Amino acid sequence: MSVPPLELIKGPDETFILNLGPQHPATHGVLRIKLTMDGEYVTRAEPVPGYIHRMHEKMGENRTWNQFLPNTSRIDYLSAMAYTHAFVGVAERAAGIEVPPRAEYIRVITSELNRISSHLVWFGAFLLDLGGFTPLLYAFDDREKILDLLEGITGSRLTYCYYRFGGVCNDVDDAFLRGTKEFVAHMRPRMKLYRDLVTDNIILRKRLTDIGHISADMCRRYGATGPVIRGAGVAYDTRKVEPYSAYREFDFDIPVFPEADSMARYLVRMEEIVQSLRIIEQAVDRLPDGPFIAPKMPKVMKVPPGDYFYATEAARGRFAVRAVSDGKEIPYRLKLRAPSFSNLSLFEEASRGMMLPDALAMLGSLDLVIPDIDR
Amino acid sequence: MNGFIQALADEMSRLCQPAPATPPPADAPAGETPSAAAAEPPPPCQITDYGKRGFHLDVTVPPDRVVDAAHILDARGFGIDCVTGVDWIASGQMEVVYDYFHPTAPWRVVVRARIPRDRAEIQTVSHVFPGANWHERETHDFFDIRFIGHPDLSPFLLPEDSDFHPLRKDFTPLP
Repeated sequence: MSVPPLELIKGPDETFILNLGPQHPATHGVLRIKLTMDGEYVTRAEPVPGYIHRMHEKMGENRTWNQFLPNTSRIDYLSAMAYTHAFVGVAERAAGIEVPPRAEYIRVITSELNRISSHLVWFGAFLLDLGGFTPLLYAFDDREKILDLLEGITGSRLTYCYYRFGGVCNDVDDAFLRGTKEFVAHMRPRMKLYRDLVTDNIILRKRLTDIGHISADMCRRYGATGPVIRGAGVAYDTRKVEPYSAYREFDFDIPVFPEADSMARYLVRMEEIVQSLRIIEQAVDRLPDGPFIAPKMPKVMKVPPGDYFYATEAARGRFAVRAVSDGKEIPYRLKLRAPSFSNLSLFEEASRGMMLPDALAMLGSLDLVIPDIDR
Repeated sequence: MNGFIQALADEMSRLCQPAPATPPPADAPAGETPSAAAAEPPPPCQITDYGKRGFHLDVTVPPDRVVDAAHILDARGFGIDCVTGVDWIASGQMEVVYDYFHPTAPWRVVVRARIPRDRAEIQTVSHVFPGANWHERETHDFFDIRFIGHPDLSPFLLPEDSDFHPLRKDFTPLP
């Protein structure tokens, strides 16, 4: 389907303003989009974020490094592990802390489990946007198993605060490792089920294919990362490009789909679940013995003066922390670079001239988490 | 591998003002962490140790050259990661920090500029990288740094009637 050129759909006085949100179900939270519409076509879409702005960056400037740890899991609550990882990573990089291999492996396992659970929420919610209710129930059934596993070792089901400077706060037990193995074995046939039930469904294909083009160059100019840029044919994944933690040691592929449409972004995420299962399987099989946190970690974290950067691949793209330290117990400045922020910023350009239902399908395929944008 | 970064460092160092005492040492020892205090500014263009800092090239340019730096990085295929500020209240300066990434190579470049704190103005790069639009708007919200030429600097994440800038170090919350 081709989108009519803008000149044809632009009428002089025919446009009207349509407010999408901030309480609209299709925006998954409190995002407001001010749409200038010409009939069914979007002529301008202006996202208005900030409804749940909490100023995490200011909070970072008035509490110690350790005290900021719980904040990191509340930025993108669906992908909390990767966010905590970036924050502990930046302090470890700055202070030169060596993290034991067992801790790195545990971090990889929990991060990847968290990525799968995040993608499952997206999968259910996205299809709900498109009018399919059933897949949500399947996805949440599988996600429940991950939440149970992570609850066993972290004590929380959503806003984990599991990583510590130099390692993790608890060792994993046999029940977790056994459960994780069972989950991997359980999830593989489920992926086939999802393909049969949803992915190969002709209604979904027609709804997403060739709709919502986001080119690789647009991703570059806007700084969009994660499944958005990989769905535009660029194999950009922080886990491979700037390998952190133990990711260098695992064999996995970066799913890339060059079609740059909503379907490509859908397929990237579904394939990422499969790749995450591969990583988890390898990490559980090869989990080294040893300490789960670096010995002799100071009670109060202090970071040498300077500025440092650490990026991780969260479920929605690259999350990065830029920390400026003046050597005191409290960070001088913490910049949190959130992936959803950049991914949404291209929406205005990408949605121009689209039909409203297609624009909403594209919005869903960006996988936005609003607290992540507003911070 | 390092030729790319070296060539970029050479090109970027031309943007940097020649320092009064020493020319910009492009081949400075990697991993030297510059002191956070403004008393001793770091060399303008420095190849840094990725393992210690998290980026490969650290460039400090005069405030009127940030757009030129953006054009150079744009031509070399870089993308914008984020724009932010740091308030150096002790030295009366605002630092504007631009992070760039390369979508097909593992390079990460930081461009910085220092502007006076009481007259915080700098040219926008949002016409080069449209993604900078939101980041600059957010930086204006938090630091009151005005980006000259920016299409819309109205409050973005803060309430629409806000006139405060919470990340300035002298900000005091309302009673």
